[in-house]
Amino acid sequence: MGAIQAARLPLFISPSIKHHSFLHSSSSNSNFKVRSNKSSSSSSIIMATIKVHGVPMSTATMRVLAALYEKDLQFELIPVDMRAGAHKQEPYLSLNPFGQIPALEDGDLSLFESRAITQYIAEEYSEKGEKLLCPGCKKVKATTNVWLQVEGQQFDPNASKLAFERVFKGMFGMTTDPAAVQELEGKLQKVLDIYEARLSKSDFLACDCFTLADLHHLPAIHYLMGTDSKALFDSRPKVSEWVKKITARPAWAKVIDLQKQ
Amino acid sequence: SVARVLLCLHEKNTEFELVPVNLFACHHKLPSFLSMNPFGQVPALQDDELTLFESRAITAYIAEKHRDKGTDLTRHENSKEAAIVKLWSEVEAHHFNPAIFAVIHQLIVVPLQGEYPDAAIVEKNLEKLEKVLDVYEERLGKTKYLAGDTYTLADLHHVPYTYYFMKTSHAGLINDRPNVQAWWEDLCSRPAFLKVSPGLTVAPTTN
Repeated sequence: MGAIQAARLPLFISPSIKHHSFLHSSSSNSNFKVRSNKSSSSSSIIMATIKVHGVPMSTATMRVLAALYEKDLQFELIPVDMRAGAHKQEPYLSLNPFGQIPALEDGDLSLFESRAITQYIAEEYSEKGEKLLCPGCKKVKATTNVWLQVEGQQFDPNASKLAFERVFKGMFGMTTDPAAVQELEGKLQKVLDIYEARLSKSDFLACDCFTLADLHHLPAIHYLMGTDSKALFDSRPKVSEWVKKITARPAWAKVIDLQKQ
Repeated sequence: SVARVLLCLHEKNTEFELVPVNLFACHHKLPSFLSMNPFGQVPALQDDELTLFESRAITAYIAEKHRDKGTDLTRHENSKEAAIVKLWSEVEAHHFNPAIFAVIHQLIVVPLQGEYPDAAIVEKNLEKLEKVLDVYEERLGKTKYLAGDTYTLADLHHVPYTYYFMKTSHAGLINDRPNVQAWWEDLCSRPAFLKVSPGLTVAPTTN
């Protein structure tokens, strides 16, 4: 979650009329409402109790949005003005003392850490929308936790740094470090070899259905598939098939749509 | 970290068998071990036909399986409290652990491999760790433990590497923060910790 969220994103998100038109024109994303940061906002017909503070480009925010869309939950996306450093100041710090996005509010519950948020969503709203935790025996739940940890401890440390080198550095006017890319790809390849073996035995990582363990990978994979690093995924048949399946999900398409707006 | 799992087992007063894996002889890279954990790392857990790896997934499993006995490590009866436990567990996994592990790796493991610690890595990660501990200091001024007023997995997961860290010359990062220090002393006084700590030797030859 580190560098990608902490870094400023100079391209967008300022408290502006943009978000009013955003509110009115969005039809495919009817789950949410966007509130402008301006106090003169007329968009006060906020009915959602779930609020996400973040930006659609942020990998961690995307992780949370994916879970919300899978669950077909109403929510409000409140942009955080990273360019102005809003995430490093109050009132945001009261939501996340680490000064990173996203944060989520659901009634009087306030959470941060995207993977804690997605797990809360998956459990609290287990009866709604798509199943994100395989129902049934405790052994499958235990195995899902294993692969949730694998994403967080083995995959993400390499994948998110690689995405930073390949994608985000360019956005911030910094230069990609080829040595770092090579090192990170080397480490990621070893992880993906293990995924290849795993996916030969199971349709998805934890079991034969899509779970949070798969979902958590989507943001980093999305960015890497737009770079030369896509070869790491394309060259492994089972991994490639899995990437195609998980990125084709309608909920994920909605997250990508948000970025385009 | 094997110690995380052992602490959890003791908090739950549950029977188990510890099967040592000789890391110096690279037994964790043999096919027999890789079939349990394809990443070739300890620990792995076997419970009947179930095999698990990743210490935080194992502790979650143990805590869930034995939810009605021993210490309540997950606050499972209240979904909001349970979410807060997961939140601070993620904080440990993504903010605390990477920084503290990097320091311990340089100061303790690297010399065992016959190399010199990289001072730049140590300094960079001590800085990161200080920022995390500043957040902890403020948090622990409001709650007795990280996720609330009771001990949970969110605290437990910190114990093994903090124990090693306190043996380095940088223990001041903990001791100079009164709330963090009080929290650490509390964690070290728990009976489960007193059972596990004798096995926490600096040279990880077995288990």
